[in-house]
Amino acid sequence: MSLNLREPLIFDFSRPGRGARGQWPAALAGPAVPEALRRRERALLPACSELDVVRHYTRLSRLNFSIDTHFYPLGSCTMKYNPRACNAAAMLPEFLGRHPLAPAAHGQGLLACLYELQEMLKTVTGMRAVALSPLAGAHGEFAGVAMIRAYHRARGDLERNEIIVPEAAHGTNPATASMCGCIAREVAVDAEGDVDLAALRAAVGPRTAGIMLTNPSTLGVFERRIEAVAQIVHEAGGLLYYDGANLNAILGKVRPGDMGFDVIHMNLHKTFSTPHGGGGPGAGAVGVSARLQPFLPLPIVGRDADGDQARYRWLEERDLPQSIGRMASFAGNAGVLLRAYVYMRMLGREGMQRVGEFATLNANYLSARLQQAGFEAAYPRRRASHEFILTLKRLAQTRGVTAMDVAKRLLDLGFHAPTTYFPLLISECLLIEPTETESKQTLDAFVDAMAQILREAAEDPERLHGAPYTLPVRRLDDVRAARDLDLAYRGPVA
Amino acid sequence: MPFIPHTDEDIREMLSAIGATSIESLFDEIPTALRTGSLQEIPAGMSEMEILQLMSARARADGRQLCFIGAGAYEHHIPAAVWAIVTRGEFYSAYTPYQAEASQGTLQTIYEFQSMMTSLTGMQVSNASLYDGATALAEAALMAVRANRRSKSARILLPRTVHPHYRAVARTTASNQGLRLEEVAYDRAQGGTPVEALRDFEGQDITALVIAQPNFFGVLEDVDTLTDWAHAHGALVIAVVNPTSLSLLKPPGNWGGRGADIVVGDGQPLGCPLSAGGPYFGFMTTRSEFVRQMPGRIVGRTVDLEGRPGFTLTLQAREQHIRRAKATSNICTNQGLLMMAGTIYLAMMGAEGLERVAAACMARTAELTERLAAGGAVRRMFAGPVFHEAVLALDRPAAPVLAALATRGIQGGLDLAEHYPELGSAVLVCATETKTTADIEAYGQALAEALPAVRAA
Amino acid sequence: MSNIPGDLQYTRSHEWVRALADGTVEVGISDHAQAALGDLVFVELPEPGRALKAGEACAVVESVKAASDVYAPIAGTVVTVNEQLAQSPELVNSDPYGGGWMMRLRPAAGALEGLLSAQAYAAVTAGA
Repeated sequence: MSLNLREPLIFDFSRPGRGARGQWPAALAGPAVPEALRRRERALLPACSELDVVRHYTRLSRLNFSIDTHFYPLGSCTMKYNPRACNAAAMLPEFLGRHPLAPAAHGQGLLACLYELQEMLKTVTGMRAVALSPLAGAHGEFAGVAMIRAYHRARGDLERNEIIVPEAAHGTNPATASMCGCIAREVAVDAEGDVDLAALRAAVGPRTAGIMLTNPSTLGVFERRIEAVAQIVHEAGGLLYYDGANLNAILGKVRPGDMGFDVIHMNLHKTFSTPHGGGGPGAGAVGVSARLQPFLPLPIVGRDADGDQARYRWLEERDLPQSIGRMASFAGNAGVLLRAYVYMRMLGREGMQRVGEFATLNANYLSARLQQAGFEAAYPRRRASHEFILTLKRLAQTRGVTAMDVAKRLLDLGFHAPTTYFPLLISECLLIEPTETESKQTLDAFVDAMAQILREAAEDPERLHGAPYTLPVRRLDDVRAARDLDLAYRGPVA
Repeated sequence: MPFIPHTDEDIREMLSAIGATSIESLFDEIPTALRTGSLQEIPAGMSEMEILQLMSARARADGRQLCFIGAGAYEHHIPAAVWAIVTRGEFYSAYTPYQAEASQGTLQTIYEFQSMMTSLTGMQVSNASLYDGATALAEAALMAVRANRRSKSARILLPRTVHPHYRAVARTTASNQGLRLEEVAYDRAQGGTPVEALRDFEGQDITALVIAQPNFFGVLEDVDTLTDWAHAHGALVIAVVNPTSLSLLKPPGNWGGRGADIVVGDGQPLGCPLSAGGPYFGFMTTRSEFVRQMPGRIVGRTVDLEGRPGFTLTLQAREQHIRRAKATSNICTNQGLLMMAGTIYLAMMGAEGLERVAAACMARTAELTERLAAGGAVRRMFAGPVFHEAVLALDRPAAPVLAALATRGIQGGLDLAEHYPELGSAVLVCATETKTTADIEAYGQALAEALPAVRAA
Repeated sequence: MSNIPGDLQYTRSHEWVRALADGTVEVGISDHAQAALGDLVFVELPEPGRALKAGEACAVVESVKAASDVYAPIAGTVVTVNEQLAQSPELVNSDPYGGGWMMRLRPAAGALEGLLSAQAYAAVTAGA
């Protein structure tokens, strides 16, 4: 049944009679499942030895790129080092083994960490209150827009169902607006990357619930007239939502609360360095100004004074009767939150300010050197924030080499590709975010690799179309993947 | 400061290449009025040694008790190899597998996960996981509205035997998207949802019926009758299931005449530690015909330029980054690491191992309820058969009894007063394969000591 | 340069319309549109019998990089759809005006106004 994969499927190691018996509990006689409800046929699960399982997944891990092995200049993703201390602390047995519904009296240590995390996030973002339960950035976005809607409804203003979104926005923003029963209305961005104020004035009105913005924007530049934007939207009766995806650029330098935002979500797996895990888990804490505080999602950690002892507990519906409600099965991704807490404690106040400084230094340095090497920046007259955009439009026109080709060739040269084809506004773009944890040495090596690709584009563009060459697979046929759906192995299993 | 590698010389050379005089000057586009001062309320930074000492002290203060609480999160033995592999840097610090050639490890693991979950649930396709069981149910409700073309009402029947937190999350989602959630009563004697409770909805336009198996009380529902009722009335069936139980129970794909339409649940019992409530992972499987309505990531097998098989994300056109306002959901992540732990756990345990775990859980819970009932103050609340949890009725207030047990190192169960006040004094208890006869005896003893101090109601 | 047959009519949103002898019209998407989408992997078509308003989203064409709506070029009722596209969505790419047809509509009264000629549509795509 071998599929000629580099590493066979786990089912290939299955044989009748094999099993990791050391993991099975003893057979116990107990009640039987009623006949009508009993399973008749075994599920398609492999029967393997423990060594085969360990070897298989270890070998699979070696087919991956990761921050621990490669530089990942992915714009908007903030692929900084994930400190192992965060993992060690979150996996302390008392935290790891704690049931979510265990009494708060026996969880004061854990609750203290979560409470302090709430407080630190408030300080660093300039918001009045924070809730930790949204399970990912997009989930936090949902909470944010839901709170905006709840706020307007509570005021009896039922007409406001439009959310304004810059045309360069991340796809989750209009998707979130839809999920909250709102209509996404796009406004133009001008040639320098700022929101077009005239277009914004024309777009706001009595139907405006709010605006969703990132600052610095998805174009990698600071929204210079943010105070004017805030004024226009607030005067029209709308609220401002901050997409925290780019918080790393301004951490410790500017606070969303000071810019006039009413609600923000933070991506703890970006700015606060919790692991990306190949696609999760994340955590999308939300912060709000005073007027949205009554609507925060539950549960939140509260603190009561008990003499000079602090007692922590989970706040519930009776504490926050106008809450938009519960977002998750329990209190959120507690394990992720603990990792973020440890990270913030290690950084401390000076460390957090240096994040914004060095993320910005690295981005501006890389942008300068890449332009010197012959690449074209999308906004050459602007300062880079923590990320910047290169456009390969000219290269595509003259040599037929696309952003995709450059991205794939970088994989051969030992670097993960930057973000490609986002934002949609800039054609053939690479969105590059080095983060503050990369050294000048690494950045210089990346510039050398990009310079090599430029040379290859001049000498042998055909070669770039076929990249990558040195990875476990070549480019994959994604048309076939979508047309001839093969989404599950169906057997046989030995 | 701890993770920033720049030397003074680096900084000088970099500023020179940029043509800037200082790092501060790089922020000159930001209006001065917006610039933050020092973050005084945040404490100074700590070394790794210091923070780990602090965390260890806090963990020690919390300590560990013997846990007999289930209610949606279950303590199971997790083979040591699972997290040793999952915390390898190549998995732990990998990104979402958008560059497929550089992510075959992650992508193949997801494909194996999808394969195992479709089979375990008796369905045809699976996604790569969702946030958790509660949000998966909310997504299933939205999906049922999209998939059930004949129904226009967006009414979802949601029995009270479904986990109260799951129902709360569905309400948070529904209120923003025009879903109408209708409550269905349970049978006070059996603890399940009788088909009679659905009679009120006969002749009406119902989009979907949710069936939890086992239900929140641990009781096994009559899934065949309920499934057939739904299909006879033009409604889709959304199954909410416990993955461990599926090793012994008829999977949703085989319920009734046609089988369930969408299956969701929380994968926490598969290799995810309790971890104070998260991270876990939600799973969703469905029929082939609904695959394009399913939210979340999906991995497909295909070939590369040289005809070699490989894996890639597919059907992305449904997702937020392409479809934007018309996406099936705004979801941008799956629970990568946890799904991976679940996959390795399933591979390690196999079908027979999982059956052993499920059977041991049933046996231990029966042993627990018998031992506790021996004293006379406690009896089973419901008559229906259970999987690995049961509701116990007490002859005196539950809260002080549980508090007294806690002081003796026993987390005795979940007090149902908040969510089911009509049951009076009731506690939901659970004993998994991790509990021994000695543990159960310890609970019995502690209960005997705790009871006299609490007056009967 | 995309192919724009002179005997058809078009919309700004890249649908084409062919009047058939029996009074119905045949509808599909243009060569320009299929090229922009890339290889199609799936086509979702409306149910026969459905009444459509002009400009109403009535079908979805999905490629690897995009899932786009197809809009009814005129008001009318869906008579029949091209069942072949379920198995072979690539027909839209290889033969957008022939084998890649999507649906046949019975036009509502006076519905055939406001469509673009081939030259007018060519101007639209040139400016795009």
